[in-house]
Amino acid sequence: MTLQPNERVAATPESGIRKFFELAEERDDVISLGVGEPDFSAPWAARTAAIHSLEAGKTSYTANRGKLELREEIADHVAQWGHQYDPDSEILVTTGASEAVDLALRTFLTSGDTVAVHQPTYISYKPGVRFAGGEPLPVPTGADNDFVLTPEALREAGAADADALILCYPNNPTGAVMDESEIAAVAEFCVDNDIDVIADEIYAALTYDGEHTSIATMPGMRERTVVINGFSKAYAMTGLRLGYAMGPADAIEAMNRVHQYTMLSAPTTAQYAAIEALRSCEESITEMATEFNRRRRFVLSRFEEMGLDCFTAKGAFYAFPACGGDDEAFAENLLEEQGVAVVPGSVFGPGGAGHLRISYATGMRDLKEAMNRIDAFVAGR
Amino acid sequence: METKRELLSLLSTDARENIEDIARQLDVDAETVEELLAELESEGTVHGYQAVIDWDNTDTDRVAAFVELNVELDRETGYQQIADRIAQFPEVESLRLVSGDYDFAIEVTGESMQDVSQFIAEQIAPIPEITQTVTHFIMETYKEAGIDFGDRDDDDRLSVSP
Repeated sequence: MTLQPNERVAATPESGIRKFFELAEERDDVISLGVGEPDFSAPWAARTAAIHSLEAGKTSYTANRGKLELREEIADHVAQWGHQYDPDSEILVTTGASEAVDLALRTFLTSGDTVAVHQPTYISYKPGVRFAGGEPLPVPTGADNDFVLTPEALREAGAADADALILCYPNNPTGAVMDESEIAAVAEFCVDNDIDVIADEIYAALTYDGEHTSIATMPGMRERTVVINGFSKAYAMTGLRLGYAMGPADAIEAMNRVHQYTMLSAPTTAQYAAIEALRSCEESITEMATEFNRRRRFVLSRFEEMGLDCFTAKGAFYAFPACGGDDEAFAENLLEEQGVAVVPGSVFGPGGAGHLRISYATGMRDLKEAMNRIDAFVAGR
Repeated sequence: METKRELLSLLSTDARENIEDIARQLDVDAETVEELLAELESEGTVHGYQAVIDWDNTDTDRVAAFVELNVELDRETGYQQIADRIAQFPEVESLRLVSGDYDFAIEVTGESMQDVSQFIAEQIAPIPEITQTVTHFIMETYKEAGIDFGDRDDDDRLSVSP
């Protein structure tokens, strides 16, 4: 060993988001629509529970799999999406959903395995696959199909031979969701081609105009899917780092083996907050989602007015308008000329080129001003 | 009906929103918002649009008090009749019938404590049905109409994140 990054790390470039973060940080008049986390704080009752746990001296490790009380609450909570998982053996509490994704990859991938990753999508999957010794296979989705993943796209990209698929809907960065029939089609493809699925459903609770459908609830899918969710987005608890993975007992047992040697247990204070969040904060969560939905409609309608082509994003807190040309140049000039930070779509994979990720996790006042500035920028081009 | 409820929820957050922005947020056209507003007003659901003011932050002389009122009803006089009389005074900001140890809870404002005391003594207490008043002067307001006056608007999130 030397203190030089190994090949896999060396071959992984720094995230393209970094550059825009640095540009935005240089000025203090910037309105940022580039933030991938809610602008709310965690519900007060959840924060209070965390404080009380600290006052009571609850600062030791928990069980590797997380507190049983929390796993039981999670099992109840996910029943709304048709999930049935045994809190004793089929749920693992992790340090953010990110740990769960990483655990799944490190636990199940054999060196050289191919993992289909639809594009554009969250930036961590491809590096995560590589770090775990796998080979990511990009599967493009596009605006022509509302950024929905289809069996045709999978087949065309050669994913029939893939070992696994990482599926993230509602999607970051596009805000796209997949309805039941679209999920069913992908599920059938996975069953037919013997593909296991890591379903990152972190934005499930932020689904507007309809219900979230989990691929794990499709015929033949439960046994080949690890479902990942967490508290960061819907419960505004990003900094508390708490997520969970659900799947067949054997799979969760195997993931827990890696987890117990590398993480021991997820943050204890966060687990107390999460128990309370699931027990008593449903109303604050619904309020947040209602507020996001209003902003979503506002943003979509403003884009339509300024003539930016934007498909109807129905989930998460992102819109993904087409900017008609080089998205990086657009984002840089927009920041330079109007002081509005957005993330160029190409950061999320080639399929995102020509688009911008607009996060509406920002108060209405700033959001209105930002949209006026974008309007002025677009009009002035 | 759903849109109407959403409109109310939106107005209760920010009544200053202009019609176009409300329309965009509710995904309806501006005319629909106008119509719904007119309806809400005429049916007596929306009675007004007020600012939430921290008077302590102004140089206005303003003192407010919560006053508990006990009343005695008789055959001719019910709560409604008494409420109608009390509500007439411009000094009375709010008036509610409540459960518990007393009957009405009212909020009274004036320029000074003396002003408020005098109003209670001379205008409220003498109403024949009123048997007792207890006045609580408000010393400090921390939260009003759902808005925490201590909340600062600082955003410490990273300006750009994945």
